[in-house]
Amino acid sequence: MIWQLDLIILLMVVVCGVAAISIRDLLGAAIMFGAYSFMMCLLWSIMGAVDVSFTEASVGAGVSTVFFVAAVFRTTRRTSD
Amino acid sequence: MKRLGLVAVIIFGALLFSVSFELPDLGDAQSPASTHVSPYYIEHTLEDTSVPNIVTAILADYRGYDTLFETAVIFSAGLACFFLLRITGRKAPKARFYRHLPTGLTLRIEKGGRLPEESREFERIDSVWVPSDVIINMTCRLVVPFIQLFALYVIAHGHHSPGGGFQGGVIFGAALILFAISNNLRSSTRRLSERSSALLGSGGVLIYLGTGLLCILLGAGFLNYSGLSVLPGLDPVSARSHGILIVEIGVGIAVTAVMVWIYYNLASAGTQEEGL
Repeated sequence: MIWQLDLIILLMVVVCGVAAISIRDLLGAAIMFGAYSFMMCLLWSIMGAVDVSFTEASVGAGVSTVFFVAAVFRTTRRTSD
Repeated sequence: MKRLGLVAVIIFGALLFSVSFELPDLGDAQSPASTHVSPYYIEHTLEDTSVPNIVTAILADYRGYDTLFETAVIFSAGLACFFLLRITGRKAPKARFYRHLPTGLTLRIEKGGRLPEESREFERIDSVWVPSDVIINMTCRLVVPFIQLFALYVIAHGHHSPGGGFQGGVIFGAALILFAISNNLRSSTRRLSERSSALLGSGGVLIYLGTGLLCILLGAGFLNYSGLSVLPGLDPVSARSHGILIVEIGVGIAVTAVMVWIYYNLASAGTQEEGL
């Protein structure tokens, strides 16, 4: 395990998570959430939980991002707060 | 309200952070989980079920009851999207758009107008239609079969490698969603209609439940696949391996259908007329 890589991915997780809730553009938030999921997937596989990482990659980074984009497409891109 | 939320997050975050030092280290051999729970599965999974991937064996066999209700949760998520969007959204759009293929003209047909449904010269288009890109169309057309094949591999090879019904089902559903995005929603619903995706979703859950009930009928406990060994050509160990495969296939079908079903309802806001 390379701790520098670990640290970089952990930082990316935090940055993506904060960005996902603070961005006003909902489409951007959906994309940031997908990036967050992908970083979590990398973390899981670093920790050796390959099955969880696979699920995170397919569900979190894949399909749920599509669902978010579809929901944004059908509603609004701007948040009120 | 926002400040209150921030304070609550900081307090509970600090609490979690301080408690996390009490947790055993990652991979600690002396932790309770490593001394009492894991050794049984590590030592007995292969002789009990002949499945090399311990995670698959635990999910579908030792903890099969959990996974049954996880599948039911996925199905009820699809059902919730259906009830929230489809029931209120079932009204025909005000106008439909048709494209005359030989000339490239677009016709706007108001509600109640005569629609050229059967004519080959007209093609129904979305209200936000853009000319389809050849590169995107061809790439998706080429990639979709391989994604589907990979999904089937993930389901079938879950005994030996990471993966299983859940991941494979999601990948298969993603391939169908990619097809729906690259073409349009109607050409996708022509191939897998909303009705059949709902039926497949409930069918997948019923395959899982039916396997469990079959085990009861054959004289074992609920979801104890070794009961299937009364069937010809199976001993208790390989019966458990095959039982896991049947259950994974059920999960895969259910998850695929529910993902597509949710996408149909979300992308069309419940009308099932126009998608992304």
